[in-house]
Amino acid sequence: MKIVFLLLVIYVPGFSQTPSGEYLLDKIDQNMSSDSRVFTSKMVIHGRRGSRTVESKTWAIGEEKSFTEYLAPAREKDTKMLKLEDQLWMYSPATDRTIQISGHMLRQSVMGSDLSYEDMMDDKKLQTHYTAAVVGTDTIESRPCWILELQAKTKDVAYEMRKLWVDQQRYLPLRQELYAKSGKLLKRMELSEIVRHGKRWYPMHILFKDMLKDGKGTEFMVDDIEFDVTIPDYRFSKASLRR
Amino acid sequence: MLKFLVKGILRDHHRSRFPILIVSAGVMLTVLIHCWVSGVLGEMIDTSAAFATGHVKIMSRAYAENEGQIPNDLALSGVGSLVSELNQDYPDMTWVERIKFGGLLDVPDSNGETRSQGPVMGIAVQLFSENSGEVERLNIEKSIVKGRMPRQPGEVLISDQFAEKLDVSPGDQVTLMSSTMYGGMAMQNYIVVGTISFGVVAMDRSAMIMDFTDAQIVLDMTDSAGEILGYFENNIYSDERARRMVAAFNMKYEPDTDEFAPIMLRLGEQNGLDSMLEYISSFIGMFILIFVAAMSIVLWNAALIGGLRRYGEVGLRLAIGENKGHVYSSMLLESVFIGCVGSVIGTVIGLGISYYLQTVGFDISDSLQNVTMMIPSVFRAHVTAQAYYIGFIPGLFSTVLGTALAGIGIYRRNTARLFKELEV
Repeated sequence: MKIVFLLLVIYVPGFSQTPSGEYLLDKIDQNMSSDSRVFTSKMVIHGRRGSRTVESKTWAIGEEKSFTEYLAPAREKDTKMLKLEDQLWMYSPATDRTIQISGHMLRQSVMGSDLSYEDMMDDKKLQTHYTAAVVGTDTIESRPCWILELQAKTKDVAYEMRKLWVDQQRYLPLRQELYAKSGKLLKRMELSEIVRHGKRWYPMHILFKDMLKDGKGTEFMVDDIEFDVTIPDYRFSKASLRR
Repeated sequence: MLKFLVKGILRDHHRSRFPILIVSAGVMLTVLIHCWVSGVLGEMIDTSAAFATGHVKIMSRAYAENEGQIPNDLALSGVGSLVSELNQDYPDMTWVERIKFGGLLDVPDSNGETRSQGPVMGIAVQLFSENSGEVERLNIEKSIVKGRMPRQPGEVLISDQFAEKLDVSPGDQVTLMSSTMYGGMAMQNYIVVGTISFGVVAMDRSAMIMDFTDAQIVLDMTDSAGEILGYFENNIYSDERARRMVAAFNMKYEPDTDEFAPIMLRLGEQNGLDSMLEYISSFIGMFILIFVAAMSIVLWNAALIGGLRRYGEVGLRLAIGENKGHVYSSMLLESVFIGCVGSVIGTVIGLGISYYLQTVGFDISDSLQNVTMMIPSVFRAHVTAQAYYIGFIPGLFSTVLGTALAGIGIYRRNTARLFKELEV
């Protein structure tokens, strides 16, 4: 019996001293991904001329579908964004036009923030697209973390390599660094204000920093979030952009 | 004496044909290269000044640091009062405000959805202001291929190549998607009223020309501009005056530590023009030097051969009492004549080819597909006043130098040896 218990301790990653990368990715996905979610958020963009806040509401199903409606400021109000798999459309009420965002535009900044359209679309499960290995430990805000290095195993990802500082108790990244294929650091994310939502831990505040831009970065704050809610299909149609 | 020498040269073809041919070819090359480089440089400077740099340009310090990225979020504010100030301080100059912007130009189908789209490089200029002279400066009206000039806000021009790529015709609606000065989303519909071809590859690929006020509205840039460009009277650039002006203006704003305070740059300080001009002038200088040296060696050699052929003649002249200095100076005089004739022929041929290249030009657009600099797609030579005499410098210098070197042998011949040679 003792031997069986010992074997369990060795082979079940949750009980071992250093879990495997795959195990951690699975745990992170359990926290960060959901079948569906609806949330309202604020994006505070710190530019060289000052800061501005953009408010929005997002409906999303899995990693394939999402719909965002901008609520403020007045200039951006009622602008909508629809993502269906790897396609993105944007609707602006001022022009009454639905524009498809593709090619190099996907790498452009959204509303002057440190996030690109590609980042906004990037809801993919890490486990599906990356292989991972634990490369060390660190402490962030007094919380012990594993440092996890991710390498892309599929081609349809925006970043070839990621480095995650994963909270050892909550299995949630507290810091992420996103790298290009050349190894150049492109973006850094600091995740904080971690709260419990049912069985999952979720960050309510993310500071994005585009490392190629000057400025203090963009704060992404979730005001309110609901997981696994039913969202009607019409929400993810191009017709709903004009409603 | 001169008449005697000229007759001798003309009657003895062996003495003149080869040197004149060499000098003519060299002078022709000198004139041609001078005209070509002047033309190419002049066009590059004019194009750059008109489209990008002005004779002087004012930007915010932060914008100037990242100018290549067209950072409108770092644009100059309060441009109205700044331009009034500039008009007061420099009344003989023309000051124009411009906004450059990048973005996406989207063409709708009948349902208002994307039919075609492409990245656009926009320039907003004062299209409806007669005092700005922008339409003439950028040669917009004459560059229209199809359609007409914008007459009211909301009307734009796009480059003809871009229009073909997007399948847009005059009268079609397009949507511009860009970023405001504060980073917000800028989307606006416009009517394309004409297509243009500037003959500048970077512009012809994906340009959009709109009115400055239209751009201020869509990009949320009230009383702001990316750049203020200054042009001297009659559009003639004076580097000395530009340097003085830049020094005075920047000194005035030096105490202001704000990163959005204005800074003035002269034409040469932008786009690496100074170093390019320096490089080209040293290239021309080096070319002329190498050419003079090479031609001198050839002519020295020709004069040596000629000297051998005229060994007897020179010997006889020395024997009958003509002094060595006189023989030497008469040969130098001959070379001046040959140099002059060769230079005239070379200059005439060089000018002829240069005039042809000035009129017809040389289309290099195929090799500039990925170039983003303001370079004209057709390069032309420019026949300058200097071109009429520049060839005489190497033409005369090399013949005289060649003869002078070859003629040194005259002084080495002593009388005793001379008579012995003449017996033979």
